[in-house]
Amino acid sequence: MSTRTVMHDADIARALTRISHEILESNKGPEGLVLLGIPTRGVTLANRITPMISEFGGAHVPVGSLDVTMYRDDLHRNPTRAPRKTEIPAGGIDGRTVVLIDDVLFSGRSIRAALDALQDIGRPAAVRLATLIDRGHRELPIRPDFVGKNLPSSREERVNVRLAEIDGIEEVTIES
Amino acid sequence: MRHLLDTQHLSREDALEILDVAEDMADTQRREVKKLPTLRGKTVVNLFFEDSTRTRISFEAAAKRLSADVINFSAKGSSVSKGESLQDTAQTLQAMGADAVVIRHGASGAPRTLATSGWITAGVVNAGDGTHEHPTQALLDALTIRKRLFGDDSRGRDLSGIRVTIVGDVLHSRVARSNVWLLHTLGAHVTLVAPPTLVPQDVSGWPVEVDFDLDHAIAAGPDALMMLRIQLERMNAAYFPTEREYSRRYGLDARRLEALPTGSIVLHPGPMNRGLEISAEAADSPRSTVLEQVTNGVSVRMAVLYLLLAGERPHTEKEDLR
Repeated sequence: MSTRTVMHDADIARALTRISHEILESNKGPEGLVLLGIPTRGVTLANRITPMISEFGGAHVPVGSLDVTMYRDDLHRNPTRAPRKTEIPAGGIDGRTVVLIDDVLFSGRSIRAALDALQDIGRPAAVRLATLIDRGHRELPIRPDFVGKNLPSSREERVNVRLAEIDGIEEVTIES
Repeated sequence: MRHLLDTQHLSREDALEILDVAEDMADTQRREVKKLPTLRGKTVVNLFFEDSTRTRISFEAAAKRLSADVINFSAKGSSVSKGESLQDTAQTLQAMGADAVVIRHGASGAPRTLATSGWITAGVVNAGDGTHEHPTQALLDALTIRKRLFGDDSRGRDLSGIRVTIVGDVLHSRVARSNVWLLHTLGAHVTLVAPPTLVPQDVSGWPVEVDFDLDHAIAAGPDALMMLRIQLERMNAAYFPTEREYSRRYGLDARRLEALPTGSIVLHPGPMNRGLEISAEAADSPRSTVLEQVTNGVSVRMAVLYLLLAGERPHTEKEDLR
């Protein structure tokens, strides 16, 4: 087994800064944006991107988290997992542009679950997707709007995103 | 978790997991759409050999909010009243493809028999058996205490140092038994208060203190006071001289309510006998958690069904009894 580091802390910081600018650009400003991180590491990323968007855009952007555990279609294939916290900002999501933030986009099934979960919470005007890593192998017609890094990988490889707040180290590695 | 049969053998970790998941479930119940798709395609059978509207509809609501199909089976007017055995009933449910069986039975130990017999592969949830246990009631009581005392900061916390006093017919109460074990596991200090005739003969093996004087127990300043229902249908022997005397010595009236320390709460599993074990003043006071207990009951039962049914079923058939 070999492990290769594909992103270091400076690479991650640069990617998140670029994603923040891209979100602002595509939305033509910070108006109506709501960022929702998908636990666990998506929430950490959302909490980093939001202050940047608020700063670059010059307006406060609400941030929250969206747990998708209860909406997954593979629950019965895996050991029971405890759901995480969903926190929707006070203004809700009705009529807003929701940007989902996740660490790795792989099969697309978590995002499908997230779309179902959003539907039960309200009706956003639009839903966008930002991900730090896009490693391909999609099983559903889902594509990200903002990508930190495209990482071609084989199905057997493991991609690990480690963030300082959770893992005490800042890196993206690929194990094969 | 494969079954939920009692709280006596429930570990602290499993108990806290149920309570934390129950809080997540409670969060989802504040949404515009309360129904979750999580248990779609699963079948939950409510198998009730004793009448209990409250517990049954609570389980039914929990299962339906998780999109499971619910089949209600009550013994009255069913094949059971024609003399069918528990084994035949269970095997019938198995043949219909039940994924979980929620059972209430007059005989202590019936849920365990169902879980260990090999008649069914479904998960078994004890919804009250004889005078043995009623684990989901104890879990919802613990959740209610935790939320009232810790507020938003309750996740992951146990009840270390909390003092809970349980008052009333401990002898016949499965609710009291389940609470004694669960509260002890969670680190709370439990005191039982009852007339000597309504305390089990030997409670030396229970992690509790016993007090026969309610005023004395209230003066000790409990954080939570749990009033048990006097089950008039079980009062065929002379456990106390008259209802009036019981109410005077062990009922929570306005004076005793006043004597409770600020911040302490009053629980009652319902249905209440107003004027007997609990006065209207106490039942309707801001200290009373009766309606929160009902709401939390649905959340706890959603959590139990989720933890039992959502994941891959472990294949350890007989040994894993919790």
